[in-house]
Amino acid sequence: MEFIVCKYNYWIYIVLMMIGFYAIIGKKNLVKKLVGMNIFQTALILYFVSTAAKKGATIPIVSHGHGATEHAIHAAQYVNPLPHVLMLTAIVVMVSTFGVALALIIMIYRRYKTLEEDEILKATK
Amino acid sequence: MIAQFEDVIIQTLCRLLIPFIQLFALYVIAHGHHSPGGGFQGGCILGASFILLCVAYDMEEAKRRMSEKLNVIFCCLGVIIFGGIGVVCLILGANYLDYGILHKLLPVNIPEARSLGILGIEIGVGFTVMAAMISIFLNLASSGEHEETLR
Amino acid sequence: MTSSPFPILIVIVPLISAFFIPIIGWWKRNLCYPLVILSLFFCTLFSILTLNAVIQNGTIHYYLGGWHPPWGIEYVVDHLNAFVLAIISFTSFFVAIYSKKSVEQELPDKIVFFYAVYLLLVTGLLGIIATGDMFNLYVFLEIASLAAYALIAIGEDGAPLASFRYVIMGTIGACFYLLGVGYLYIVTGSLNMADLSELLPKLYHSKVVLVAFTFFMVGIALKMALFPLHTWLLDAYTYAPSTVSALIAPTMTKVGAYVMIRVMFTVFKPDFSISLFPITSILGWLAVAAILFGSIMALAQSDLKRMLCFVIVAEIGYIAIGVGIANRMALIGAILHIVNDVFMMACLFLVVGAIVYKTGTRNIYQLRYLHRKLPLTMAIFVIGALSVVGIPPLCGFFSKWYLILGAFEAGKWVFVAVLLVSSLLNAILFFRVIENIYLEPREPSYAHDGGGPEAISIDEAPLSMLIPMFVIGAGIILLGVFSGKIIDVVIQHTIPPTI
Repeated sequence: MEFIVCKYNYWIYIVLMMIGFYAIIGKKNLVKKLVGMNIFQTALILYFVSTAAKKGATIPIVSHGHGATEHAIHAAQYVNPLPHVLMLTAIVVMVSTFGVALALIIMIYRRYKTLEEDEILKATK
Repeated sequence: MIAQFEDVIIQTLCRLLIPFIQLFALYVIAHGHHSPGGGFQGGCILGASFILLCVAYDMEEAKRRMSEKLNVIFCCLGVIIFGGIGVVCLILGANYLDYGILHKLLPVNIPEARSLGILGIEIGVGFTVMAAMISIFLNLASSGEHEETLR
Repeated sequence: MTSSPFPILIVIVPLISAFFIPIIGWWKRNLCYPLVILSLFFCTLFSILTLNAVIQNGTIHYYLGGWHPPWGIEYVVDHLNAFVLAIISFTSFFVAIYSKKSVEQELPDKIVFFYAVYLLLVTGLLGIIATGDMFNLYVFLEIASLAAYALIAIGEDGAPLASFRYVIMGTIGACFYLLGVGYLYIVTGSLNMADLSELLPKLYHSKVVLVAFTFFMVGIALKMALFPLHTWLLDAYTYAPSTVSALIAPTMTKVGAYVMIRVMFTVFKPDFSISLFPITSILGWLAVAAILFGSIMALAQSDLKRMLCFVIVAEIGYIAIGVGIANRMALIGAILHIVNDVFMMACLFLVVGAIVYKTGTRNIYQLRYLHRKLPLTMAIFVIGALSVVGIPPLCGFFSKWYLILGAFEAGKWVFVAVLLVSSLLNAILFFRVIENIYLEPREPSYAHDGGGPEAISIDEAPLSMLIPMFVIGAGIILLGVFSGKIIDVVIQHTIPPTI
């Protein structure tokens, strides 16, 4: 039971990822597949960012101002900033992929006049 | 594909708000290393300001202020600033993107040179992200049919 | 304190040129092509100089931003890297020279953006090879993939759907790779490849590392088009424009194979990949399926380009079988095959592009007597075809020879049999095409140009297309003749010493 309750955050991400993955494979509409891909990538990003969190830690920004730089900085009090930075790049990649895929969907719609995969496959046979 | 919907309240509010949105976006870019923010976030907000113009008014209104030619030039300019700062560091003798060496060019000491180098990079990123957001929105919302493409 | 800046210059020169092209293209459209050629020429020059430096002095380390490895991004160029860098930049340079006439015919109103995205694709590929940091590899992988999605989608009729399929599958593969990187980061705290290879051996028995390795292998197999995950490749490479196929088909899957070798043998040491986790036996059997599937399905195609796409699936099977056997000879064969396959596939796809440019058809049965119209092009096709079949002294023979030697040493007779059978199948495949081109087919109704052989005059492909084909054809011959020297000087040092 502890296996589920203590690690409930990991279970949430796994469930989200699997929902997204099911949508990519199981849905027939191309836009729904894209939405599933987006959910999958978002769950992945959430998972990463959550690994940076620490109990009682604050945001990783050193305050500037009078006398602020004279105190020592204890890194343990700050949240780990590296996964946040990596996931910023991953979010950019996600947005760009989504943009390219949407442009492709517009091209497909113009050609086949439908976005259901079985109708498109029938048209290409 | 964007329907004409003229409403005095929305249009007046957008005309009042958009300059402040852009000012806030520039603030977010410039304060990236003092508070949450940075190039990507500020660029998104800048792009959103143009998209707001597009949604409130007509797409022609947005294109009058940011034509596609200017858009592509901003996109390229952003990456050239990013790569260019790195190449300047290379030419001055340090490794690529080693901003500390910029203290030979600018009259600051090494930590401030690093800070300024990162600021320059963020500005470049902000340009590119703004141009990309506007370009994605304009192309998708008109389903690729707006004219004035690069011939 | 700087070492030689070549590793970063190889990546930066195409990147910044890619963003100069739209600005310059608006001003004067004819300047795009010379700028592309210039930047890729410098890129090739730098990568050959880097290969030289690595052969003489050993591995080059370059610290981005001056930060030392666990804190900063590091570019590591060792023998494997430098060799693949040189080959890929060389190939993309010559495909760029070739592209002028083909792009003007197929995509007349998109020339400026085509070249910009072309250079971005080359940047992504070179960045994947040059980097020594796991997350940086993901970034460049996505740059290359996005550029490839865009370039493939501007092809002929079925291209947007094929590119959409590629988008979905490629993104899943990249996400799996990112998951693997994430697991390794959580467990070790480092993203640098050399650092990970020192921190991981204590953790080989933990489940997280096992799962990370699994995700890596599945994600990379998707990008590499290994057997069950290859379905995106067939449509995407068939419907893409000719130049795009000629660039992407030789390079992207081989770069995926390079990433697999990096992850299996540099990040995770060989004793993990071979003994602790039986990935090599799984890879071996998947590769057998890939080789047989590719070779047999290619026999059923009447479209020349689609047939070559199935041949690509089989060639990836060769590389995977070499990694699957995992002794010294087989790994030499696999790495040599990566390089050979870049040249062979480039040669074949360039020829197909020239055929499409001159005649407009890709149907094998309509290529009758083509050797009278395009004699030099067809000669180069024969060179490429004989190399794929594996006839000495062309390069394809030597990589297959080492693979078969490795399979003998390991005692895996099924693999030997599969390699020999596939050579036979490749021979049937290509000789069918060569017969249609050179000899008179029995059915006069498949007439091309509607006349007998006397009516066809020589109408050779333009010079800007012929020269790259010649150079790559000559490269196939030279790679074969000098393969012993290449193995001694470069490839011997790429194999981890414990194998």
